[in-house]
Amino acid sequence: MSEHIIEVQHLSKSFGNKKVLEDISFYIKKGEFITFLGPSGCGKTTLLRMIAGFLQPDEGTILMDGKDIAALPPHKRELNTVFQRYALFPHLDVYENIAFGLKLKGVPEKEIDQRVRKVLKLVAMSDYEDRDIETLSGGQQQRIAIARAIVNQPKILLLDEPLAALDLKMRKDMQIELKEMHRKLGITFIYVTHDQEEALTLSDTIVVMNEGRIQQIGTPTDIYNEPVNCFVADFIGESNILKGQMIRDRRVAFIKHEFDCVDEGFGEDVPVDVVVRPEDIYFTTDPAKCQFKAKVSSCIFKGVHYEMWVDTDSGFELMIQDYDPYPVGSEVMLYIDPDDIQVMKKERTANVFDGVVKSAEAVTIFGEDFPLATDLEPGTEVRVEVPFTGIDLMDNLDDGVVDGEVHFILYMGNHYHLQVRTEKGESVWVDTNDIWDKGDLVGIVIKPGTAKITPKNE
Amino acid sequence: MKKFLAKSYIWILLVVMYAPLVFIAIFSFTESRVLGEWSGFSTSLYGNLLGGRMEGASSLVDAVRNTIVIAVVAATVATLLGTLAAVGIHNMRGRKRDALTFLNNVPMVNPDIITGVSLFLLFVFLGVAQGYTSVILAHITFCTPYVVLSVLPKLQQMNPNIYEAALDLGATPGQAFRKVLVPVLKPGMISGFILAFTMSLDDFAVTFFTRGTEGLETLSTYIYADARKGGLTPELRPLMTLIFLIVLVLLFVINVRQGRLAKKNGASKEL
Repeated sequence: MSEHIIEVQHLSKSFGNKKVLEDISFYIKKGEFITFLGPSGCGKTTLLRMIAGFLQPDEGTILMDGKDIAALPPHKRELNTVFQRYALFPHLDVYENIAFGLKLKGVPEKEIDQRVRKVLKLVAMSDYEDRDIETLSGGQQQRIAIARAIVNQPKILLLDEPLAALDLKMRKDMQIELKEMHRKLGITFIYVTHDQEEALTLSDTIVVMNEGRIQQIGTPTDIYNEPVNCFVADFIGESNILKGQMIRDRRVAFIKHEFDCVDEGFGEDVPVDVVVRPEDIYFTTDPAKCQFKAKVSSCIFKGVHYEMWVDTDSGFELMIQDYDPYPVGSEVMLYIDPDDIQVMKKERTANVFDGVVKSAEAVTIFGEDFPLATDLEPGTEVRVEVPFTGIDLMDNLDDGVVDGEVHFILYMGNHYHLQVRTEKGESVWVDTNDIWDKGDLVGIVIKPGTAKITPKNE
Repeated sequence: MKKFLAKSYIWILLVVMYAPLVFIAIFSFTESRVLGEWSGFSTSLYGNLLGGRMEGASSLVDAVRNTIVIAVVAATVATLLGTLAAVGIHNMRGRKRDALTFLNNVPMVNPDIITGVSLFLLFVFLGVAQGYTSVILAHITFCTPYVVLSVLPKLQQMNPNIYEAALDLGATPGQAFRKVLVPVLKPGMISGFILAFTMSLDDFAVTFFTRGTEGLETLSTYIYADARKGGLTPELRPLMTLIFLIVLVLLFVINVRQGRLAKKNGASKEL
């Protein structure tokens, strides 16, 4: 218990009627470098602001060293924050910025002086104490912001996308320095970023978040090698995400071929999702090793490796990364090691909507009337199950029953799996061969004859 | 010809705008009692004014003192109220914020005479003492929006996290306000103060309606009364010239400050 410096239990937060965080629970070990990773709007910054005390949770508790800190205002919490855009005080010079917190605490002048100088040395800014903030570059301001936080010797350092405003080279350098600082200081770092590479480089533990929920918690290698769902697999690194069928333990079928794998306990003949990283598909010239054949359709040099797209003999597109290029148009033999196949439980197999029968020809879903034939009594509350392929998306919004926005796109080798959000925030999942972009506005219709309508109370 | 007209347009405009001021300034350097009559160059009007050798010198001194006291008190209180109001408005979101910014702007374009009469009625209704108190309250009322207007842009330029950064470093909300917000907003507050001060200084309509019947005079009401009594006392000509110069200097200071700040911000953005 005492090893957990922060423990968060069932935390929820809404802004207006928008849920930003939903039932978040996790703990942070003392001295750990933990990163909250997710796309913008996933709730990671909200979570950080609640730990810092700038926001109050609607529900749930945050324990620090086992004590509830809900009632504790930010200035009484033993943690310090490095803000996204530095937030240095423009009217104070470098020295005064760093000494700000110590002066408030009434630390003797001499000790302040020692500590400021020591921390300036730590961030490699020793000769800058008299400089005006505005004369510093972005990277230098970032260092001062870090110095200003750690000079107070907090138990926890919170970092809110601290490197987002820096250029690539600078960011890489600062990553190494941050890691080094974490090692030297030995305090807990809570880091927030949307940059998956940064998270993988820096963290002891990564918490992947999406849409206000924790998707996966694990070490960088766990998260990369064993993503628990399509979102994590797609968000972290490059991947081939494919529909599959678990035949039995240690045997899975996808791209119309069967493969040995190491996953067990899914059951027999169960639909699953399969992830294969592009660097885990190997070329071979030995027909005995070959599991499937393909034709190279593109080959691009990426610096360290070549990125190739191949069309398999069964009609799927896969991405492969290899140190050696294979010419476009060449026939190749490929295999995948059982270890490198990650099988994931399907989160959903079809859309399930709540509806009410309006008439023999219409069912009301999301407040709109969909033309669906049913022999149930009008007014009956029903469960409408529609397969992913049973939804049609229309270019012209007027052709759809409900408007939606394409929110998330996953390429599954031979088709796209889309998440479309309605105006009310409901999700509709669609399998389609059409190419849509994130943010496209679409009209949603249900194809006739695809929906299964059953009374809800049965 | 067309080019000449286009070029001279701005000069014609400036002449029309500044002719009355120049006129008064020129005629402050002659002794003639009648305005517009040149009886030779003399600085004796200035001498009379500053030496107190003129009719009603003591009531003029009173009026000047009243004007300055009212302007200082009103501008100071308006600066405090306006800054707090600006912080409040800035922390609002969306429509509420737009609505309040709009409501803040209305009194500034509202005709003074209406502000004056309505304040007069309000003070009578509330039973506020007519005199110093009512005039100062009235001046605070119409000065505050100007302060709000000059502090708001400073808040918008400010990094939204610096207040939180102060809290994070152990400052109480009060300390964060004093040690971080106020210093950052100071340029806007000073501009707001100077603006409020000049607005109060030259106000006639509102003062006229709210000063009551106790004979409280400010410069503007004094000059008005003096002019109605049978011609403007000649010594008021140099007085007006001096006031114009003071206001000119204040405006100049505001402009230079803003120019410098804009340059500084521009420079820091380039980095």
